[in-house]
Amino acid sequence: MNEFLLVFRRDYKTKEIQPSPEQLQAHLNRWREWFAELKKEDRLARPPQPWESKGKVLGHDKSVTDGPYAEIKESIGGVTVIRAESYEEAVKIAETCPIFELGGTVEIRMAAM
Amino acid sequence: MFRTEYRKIVSVLSYRFGIEHIELAEDIVSDTFLAATESWSTKGVPDNPTAWLYTVAKNKTKNWLKRDNFFQQKLLTDLRHSIPEGEEIEIDLSARNITDSQLAMIFTVCHPSIQAEAQVGLALNLLCGFGIQEIADAYLTTKTVIYKRLSRAKEKLKEAEIKIQQPTVTEINERLEVVLKTVYLLFSEGYYSTSHNTVLRKELCVEAMRLCYLLIEQELTNTPAVNALMALMCFHASRFDARMDNTGDLVLYQEQDESLWNRELIERGEYYLHQAGASPVLTRYHLEAAIAYWHTHKEDSAEKWENILDLYNQLLILEYSPVAALNRTFALAKARGKKEAIKEAEKLGLTENHFYYSLLGNLYTDIDNGKAIQHYETAWKRANTPADKALMEKNIEQIKERLNS
Repeated sequence: MNEFLLVFRRDYKTKEIQPSPEQLQAHLNRWREWFAELKKEDRLARPPQPWESKGKVLGHDKSVTDGPYAEIKESIGGVTVIRAESYEEAVKIAETCPIFELGGTVEIRMAAM
Repeated sequence: MFRTEYRKIVSVLSYRFGIEHIELAEDIVSDTFLAATESWSTKGVPDNPTAWLYTVAKNKTKNWLKRDNFFQQKLLTDLRHSIPEGEEIEIDLSARNITDSQLAMIFTVCHPSIQAEAQVGLALNLLCGFGIQEIADAYLTTKTVIYKRLSRAKEKLKEAEIKIQQPTVTEINERLEVVLKTVYLLFSEGYYSTSHNTVLRKELCVEAMRLCYLLIEQELTNTPAVNALMALMCFHASRFDARMDNTGDLVLYQEQDESLWNRELIERGEYYLHQAGASPVLTRYHLEAAIAYWHTHKEDSAEKWENILDLYNQLLILEYSPVAALNRTFALAKARGKKEAIKEAEKLGLTENHFYYSLLGNLYTDIDNGKAIQHYETAWKRANTPADKALMEKNIEQIKERLNS
């Protein structure tokens, strides 16, 4: 088994496309089900950890600004580490993730030796 | 629960910050719910989710004020009169303040300077917690259209510098009528919408009734008209499940399964109608509620139709509308016979209206079936929705079948 980092990104900025409170609640339930499923199959390499949606960004000149990056629309919604045999399997797992409902993306990285 | 809490916190923050900072209020609340989604999806829902949301919303507000200097100066200038020197801004999310805030917000949204359609949109968004997508679904339009409409309306509110505050007795007297109109429009949007999203439509009706109830609960706004509107909505809503089949198509009153009518709502309606009658004031809502009351008796009787006819006569004197005139003519046919009604109907001459021809088609049926078909055909041509067209086709079909047999 290998460990894979999943990075979930989505556009949190464009106001017009943000989910309504009701949609967000439904979305939340899908995430909970998804994590429950991963846990049941013993795929979670770390306990899930929520991160704040905003933070700090250090620029080239080490100037500190409030993050996420102002230049790009998509920002990180969360990260999680799962167990899978291969990229192929990790992709299969990531495909079932609820982020796609809201037009997000998942980046997958295998833990290096 | 997200929707309910969303609208509560938005109202409270807007009430606290003023209309100029309504976007900030919305941003803070959206952020709070995003944080809830993040945290609860991994850690599970806390024991008291509402308290969790309130704490986070309060903290986010305080952080915002600390972080944003420009904003702090501006907002604090606006608020200065109400904050003692050196004290931190407090956000009061008590039940009492939530109700006060929502009431103040209703009167803000229903300000006469805002167009009726925009008022309903704002009410859905700010008072009911509906998102852009849901409002677009209800209006059968795109998110962009709704987004623009809401943004413009919010700009208007800001430009007009409308205060979000407890309405005074004078303001209540001046604006309550507009408030009721908006609430009724909101209800009608759900009740008569051609959207096939039944769940959403029902929610619009429930929201309108909730807002009306909020007015009933306050002594100053608990007027006869408010009670009458509540009665009217209860009577209509009692038929919500019966007037739609499994596919979301309309079932006409005559063909409805009476056992699907919600008895409890009818009783609630009777209660509010009784409350509304406690003073001699008579509004269109009184008359419409009384008409709706008689419609909760399915069986035709002379008493029923005489009463409905009389009520429509009064309604037309109070406030003429083509729809009421057509309905009055239908009641006349039921009470006094089709021949008399045809005479009256043809005087109306509402030749732009497809309901006019549909009514004539109905009245001529069995009196002059050739003419009945002609009128139904004209109605078919003028009908705007597939549902209306289908209904006309069905009527024509039925007459033809009868002629052949």
